Amino acid sequence: MNPSEIQLNQEGRLKHFLTTEGLSQEILTEILDTADSFIGTQARSVKTVPLLRGKTVVNLFFENSTRTRSTFELAAKRLSANILNLDIARSATSKGETLMDTLWNLESMYSDMFVVRHADSGAAHFIAQHITPNVAVINAGDGRHAHPTQAMLDMLTIRREKGSFKDLSVAIVGDILHSRVARSQIHALKTLGAREVRVVGPNTLLPHDIESLGVRAFNNLKQGLKGVDVIIMLRLQKERMQNALLPSESEYYKLFGLTTDKLAYAHPEAIVMHPGPINRGVEIESAVADGPQSVILKQVSNGIPMRMAVMAMAMSGQTQELAQEEG
Amino acid sequence: MATTQSNLQPTALISDMANAIRNQVDTNSNDVIIVGIHTGGAWVAQTLHQELKLNTELGLLDISFYRDDFTQKGLHPEVKSSELPEVEGKTIILVDDVVMSGRTIRAAMNELFDYGRPQKILLACLIDVGQRDLPIQPDIIGSQIELQAKQRVKLSGPDPLQLHLMNIEEKRS
Repeated sequence: MNPSEIQLNQEGRLKHFLTTEGLSQEILTEILDTADSFIGTQARSVKTVPLLRGKTVVNLFFENSTRTRSTFELAAKRLSANILNLDIARSATSKGETLMDTLWNLESMYSDMFVVRHADSGAAHFIAQHITPNVAVINAGDGRHAHPTQAMLDMLTIRREKGSFKDLSVAIVGDILHSRVARSQIHALKTLGAREVRVVGPNTLLPHDIESLGVRAFNNLKQGLKGVDVIIMLRLQKERMQNALLPSESEYYKLFGLTTDKLAYAHPEAIVMHPGPINRGVEIESAVADGPQSVILKQVSNGIPMRMAVMAMAMSGQTQELAQEEG
Repeated sequence: MATTQSNLQPTALISDMANAIRNQVDTNSNDVIIVGIHTGGAWVAQTLHQELKLNTELGLLDISFYRDDFTQKGLHPEVKSSELPEVEGKTIILVDDVVMSGRTIRAAMNELFDYGRPQKILLACLIDVGQRDLPIQPDIIGSQIELQAKQRVKLSGPDPLQLHLMNIEEKRS
């Protein structure tokens, strides 16, 4: 089964957003266009629009993430939805309640949308398959699998900076093995027509079959950056050091940290991205993170309109399908 | 889809509308703004803006995020950005191509107020077909026409602007 079939309604429109994998260029472009039109609403004195007025969005975070949860909360509020934040990790399931019991309880409260963050790959898919059909599910990151809204806000940033994907060479640098963002980015970049996608990292952090996704793998940062138009740095998790996947932070920085001299290997107008939070002096030098080629803060700004777009589209797809079933 | 071109000439109607606007507001004032509703209303507003030679920038409004039928019809995939000059305290001439139920105008006014509090809003519509669901009436109209059941009127453009009559059953088939 195409991994995206569950995400689309009978009309082929988005009703859940679980992964970028398998979604058509048309849908991804529609997401980008919709997010673009929400950007204008963010500069107004009244930043809210009434699209999801009366709807209830539940932030179901089985794994901690202050930043992602805050942006989903703000996005829902700017769509005029009611939002409920549940820190599941510290509540229901820790008392022995099963995942399905938690979901059924939330369904009974007439929730309209679940935003799900979970440490297990496939959790958002599982929930989308098992909940009542009129609830939209948005994946806010599941295990090593996918983080589609982060990938799409990165695509939005790239398109706004570079105009299109057609002639772009993009390098994704760092811990590809454990990165759900990298997978979602690779699928989105390939579908949107990027000329070349490279992944760069130490062998211990590159999946052995990564080239089957249509990317080129590099172990040398300078070679991997040569001539690229976009550099996406990934966050390095400190536990990778403890688990002996990497020798040390300083060794990693020496080989894979993005410094001014290494940045010079990329195209002179290359942009530098990072999903945050940044480990300065580990993944990236401060002079680069704060430098003229950095678009890191623009990524943060684009997070809200992108999440507004995905939530509005999924809710619209759900209600359309429900109307057809009732009709 | 079978459509019939209307005998009505949009550019002539817009000239009449411009004269009616001149009679109601001081078009030399920097406090008068024309705002067109995408897509047909934006074309009419652009022509009015040129004819009236206003000092102020043309405003464009996409009401997709304010529609009251979002839950039935979903989000329009081609939302255009609204682009508005400062509206606080201004007289706004809100322009649409066709006024029928009044729901689009209600949505447009809701959106306008999210940009600021205008002093006054005048509603100018190229065609009024009646059939209102809401108590909203235009201040300036190009022409009033009566439609047969299941008939609709549509403006094509922007160059040339043409009015067409179409049957909604034929449109769906």
